[in-house]
Amino acid sequence: MEEVVIQADKLTKKFGDFTAVDAITFQVRKGEIFGFLGANGAGKTTAMRMLCGLSVPTSGEAKVAGFDIYKETESIKKNIGYMSQKFSLYEDLTVVENIRFFGGIYGLTNEQIKNKTQQLIERLGLTSVQKQLVVDLPLGWKQKLSFSIAIIHQPKIVFLDEPTGGVDPLTRRQFWELIYEAAHNGITVFVTTHYMDEAEYCDRLSIMVDGRIKALDTPKNLKAEFEVESMDEVFYKLARQATRAE
Amino acid sequence: MKAVIAENISKQYNGKPAVEKVSFEVDEGEIFGLIGPDGAGKTSIFRILTTLLLPDGGSAQVHHWDVVKDWRAIRNAVGYMPGKFSLYQDLTVEENLHFFATVFNTSIQENYHLIEEIYVQLEPFKNRRAGKLSGGMKQKLALCCALIHKPKVLFLDEPTTGVDPVSRREFWEMLKKLKQQNISIVVSTPYMDEASMCDRIASIQSGSILSIDTPQYLVKNYGNQLFKVKANDRYRLLEVLKSVPSTKSYAFGEYAHISVEKGHQMEASEIRQHLHQNGLTGVEIGDAEVTIEDCFINLLH
Repeated sequence: MEEVVIQADKLTKKFGDFTAVDAITFQVRKGEIFGFLGANGAGKTTAMRMLCGLSVPTSGEAKVAGFDIYKETESIKKNIGYMSQKFSLYEDLTVVENIRFFGGIYGLTNEQIKNKTQQLIERLGLTSVQKQLVVDLPLGWKQKLSFSIAIIHQPKIVFLDEPTGGVDPLTRRQFWELIYEAAHNGITVFVTTHYMDEAEYCDRLSIMVDGRIKALDTPKNLKAEFEVESMDEVFYKLARQATRAE
Repeated sequence: MKAVIAENISKQYNGKPAVEKVSFEVDEGEIFGLIGPDGAGKTSIFRILTTLLLPDGGSAQVHHWDVVKDWRAIRNAVGYMPGKFSLYQDLTVEENLHFFATVFNTSIQENYHLIEEIYVQLEPFKNRRAGKLSGGMKQKLALCCALIHKPKVLFLDEPTTGVDPVSRREFWEMLKKLKQQNISIVVSTPYMDEASMCDRIASIQSGSILSIDTPQYLVKNYGNQLFKVKANDRYRLLEVLKSVPSTKSYAFGEYAHISVEKGHQMEASEIRQHLHQNGLTGVEIGDAEVTIEDCFINLLH
């Protein structure tokens, strides 16, 4: 049987009488690219924060990388990577300084950091800008660097919260090549996106509406189930049913 | 009358050119798209046209007013939605709208018809602080505030970045209705499906305009052979496609697209054979329909 790296069981989060995440149940397998879709305000970010050990659930159970999200949040943090739409890089540090800083945070040795820095800079083609402040880099480069740093410690899972907003079509595809490469190397990828062509790149997808998971399958099966040609139409059919305002 | 005329406008920051001799015209009632990667100079162009930034060279007019001399008139006649959310986070939805109406010497009632359709969705939250709204709602409020003084020209700098597909679709339905009321719109976007909804699009790279055309013209004149292909192992497929000579390939939804360089011809069977030789299974290949996204990828390569 394939190894399960995320197991969520009726996971729920309430803020007062507002149920942001409403008893979601799903599994993610090792090495899978799992797309976590939903309209703005559907509850994606709240769910992701619980899985990353950043927010305590109101009820339900979940295990991430084998650790309990109530009791073992520190172990979870060591075994996952996280990249959010708001950058996790320090803009007033250089490219090299950012790599060294995060390498240190994740407990890499000086030797490992040195090697990783070299590798990363070459892989991303950042040689000419390695001593520049991150604030001066184009958005697409920042995103690639940010992703590479999020997996610098070879985590079991990487969580990506809208990683490709606002860049051109070519840069987005270069970013997805990095995602494929990571998945190919056994890192599980959990990703949210508003680009429906990117939804097609995922192995499986869930679509959240009003805090609940309304669909969960491969892109191919979802399109067949909803009898449409594109993921855009699947999303539109489901998200239009939303009743709660954001 | 032209809504916008830009003639050779240029802008430098610390000696580095951000906008280089950019010229274009926007007709009245037109939706004109500025498409280009982050850092291409789109925001500088918006800021010059809305009189918030002085150009170093060239000249521009908005609704026949000069962006340097007649800035006061322009500011009264245009609506601007900057890329960064710039409403007052501590004011409520209704207070923001009221504030912008008052600044422009009008009232919410006077031009309510322009914003009614969007504002009804915001109304249940009219007492919520703007900072507490979600992404899609913020965009809708920002559009209301940019429209409340009935501008002649609307400048929208990436209004839908980070907004979900349903809200994006609603947003563009709104823009089409504004166009019918003869409001001219200059809009930038990283979404290629939105680019195809503009009347004309200018593609910008490194501060210069590469082309200005209708989306239909770009698609019709793509010129290269374009195939779509899929196989059981997508990662391997993309890797193997890199080794097909005289082509560029890239992921495209559930398929990969293969664009054959100008001056070369290729048969689907050649590609199929190449993929089989490299051990790929479940290969499906056929002609692809060209989209605006293919056109831009081709320009960027």
